Amino acid sequence: MKKYIDSLLVVKNQRLNKDYFLLKLQSEEDLPFILPAQFVEVKIPDTSETFLRRPVSIHDVNYDKNTITLLIRIAGKGTLKLSETKKYEYLNIVYPLGNSFSMPSCNKVLLIGGGCGVAPLLYTAKYMLNFGITPTLLMGYRNSKLVLLKDKYAKYGNVYYSTDDGSYGEKGTVLEHSLLNSRFFPFGKIYACGPDAMLKDLGKWAIERGIDCEVSLENLMACGIGACLCCVQDTVSGHKCVCTEGPVFNVKELIW
Amino acid sequence: MVNLNIDFNGLNFKNPVLTASGTFGYGYEFEDFVDLSSLGGFIVKGTTLNAREGNPYPRMAETASGMLNAVGLQNKGVDFFCNEIYPRISKYDTNILVNVSGSAIEDYVETAAKINELDKIPGIELNISCPNVKEGGMAFGTNCSSAAQVVKEVRKVYKKHLMVKLSPNVTDIVSIAKSVEEQGANSLSLVNTFLGMAIDINTRKPKLSTITGGLSGPAIKPIAVRMVWQVSKAVKIPICGLGGIMNADDAIEFLLAGASCVQIGTANFIYPDITMKILEGIKHYCNIHGIKNITELIGAIN
Repeated sequence: MKKYIDSLLVVKNQRLNKDYFLLKLQSEEDLPFILPAQFVEVKIPDTSETFLRRPVSIHDVNYDKNTITLLIRIAGKGTLKLSETKKYEYLNIVYPLGNSFSMPSCNKVLLIGGGCGVAPLLYTAKYMLNFGITPTLLMGYRNSKLVLLKDKYAKYGNVYYSTDDGSYGEKGTVLEHSLLNSRFFPFGKIYACGPDAMLKDLGKWAIERGIDCEVSLENLMACGIGACLCCVQDTVSGHKCVCTEGPVFNVKELIW
Repeated sequence: MVNLNIDFNGLNFKNPVLTASGTFGYGYEFEDFVDLSSLGGFIVKGTTLNAREGNPYPRMAETASGMLNAVGLQNKGVDFFCNEIYPRISKYDTNILVNVSGSAIEDYVETAAKINELDKIPGIELNISCPNVKEGGMAFGTNCSSAAQVVKEVRKVYKKHLMVKLSPNVTDIVSIAKSVEEQGANSLSLVNTFLGMAIDINTRKPKLSTITGGLSGPAIKPIAVRMVWQVSKAVKIPICGLGGIMNADDAIEFLLAGASCVQIGTANFIYPDITMKILEGIKHYCNIHGIKNITELIGAIN
């Protein structure tokens, strides 16, 4: 897929809670086609301390309005600076980057997100709906205050929640949710994104039960286009770049 | 219009803009952003005799105006390069140099000999300055006799343009440059990365799996410019300058300090199309300043 470097207009910067915000960016040109779990590399404006771009997964795409939306957690200096971006400023991005979730060969699909890992699942669900697949979504948060964009996700699938303290949905982690613990597991494929620990546990669980599972990883990276070799992940076939050979990997490939 | 052509001790560069090893993959990673044939040349990533998996993750840490890396020469070995990569990149109408690294002199020699057989590769960049491998690499480039020894042995088997990439992690870079020149190097490239370190103060752990790594980016540029200036006064062979170049002004600074051409490195990670912008910027500078031939700028510090 051809990659682009372009300055996009910030048409919306909406704070969702203390830690999260949405950035909607508009391209003057027609957007390239974007696949689920692909990401952008965003240049942080005017800072010498945040020298490198930040990889951010694509949360939503609107091809009619040529907008892409990023759901971002404030995790450090770079994302803090991005959260201060004003409407009508420009942000320079390199995109679309990475491989994507593969299309399922069955109709019963479960998307699992933890924390910021819910970000790519919206566009993933939307994408699957276009192929006639209504996904089920399971999203885990620490507590009810951190639950993001409930109404929006509900449009694209059947949504279930778990929170660590039980303040929204079921109490516990996503792995403890009843969807994964009933006698009959109806899903033929799992797609997941979230913290490493969650993905590792889920990967182990899926392998033990013989369920096909793909995860989208996030590693520190510089270039995003396979040149710097900084973002490598250990796999059964050696080091692979998360930026170009990922971010999506089948859990069977991973050594972690 | 300015003539940007450079005669680099036998290599003909159509302009002074090249890219640095390890920051530009094998070139084709940048095809969507760069017209590769419009570059003076590019230097493909560090190639070793046998395949190397490189260092464990994390291999990178962002620093003020720069970054540390500890990739550790991950590559699939010289045979893979010759059989799989070379046929794919030899179509580009530019100078493709291969960065050759090793952990023993025999490795360098054997790798260089294999690359000598490739028609469309007019030169190698001998990497005696990688700070991220346990054995060899920088160890060869930090004293005069070992630097001279590896160049001498490679010179015996490598018949084309031999560029030697110097380490800045030395007390006296000029003496290393001279000893390499004496052994028949055709040119020098300087500088490789500076040995650096960063610590996560919350976990109290080093940010790199290898503890130390190589610092690159604009943070190192003034030191690199100083070293190019010092070395250019002391040697007769031409210099390819690098270290933190982010724009055309930076590139021109290196030319004025005495470099005949430049390599763009870390900037490729941030702006994958930066080489094209730098090339345009150099032309613009020459037009403004009435420079008819780019060679007028080389070492033209007042």
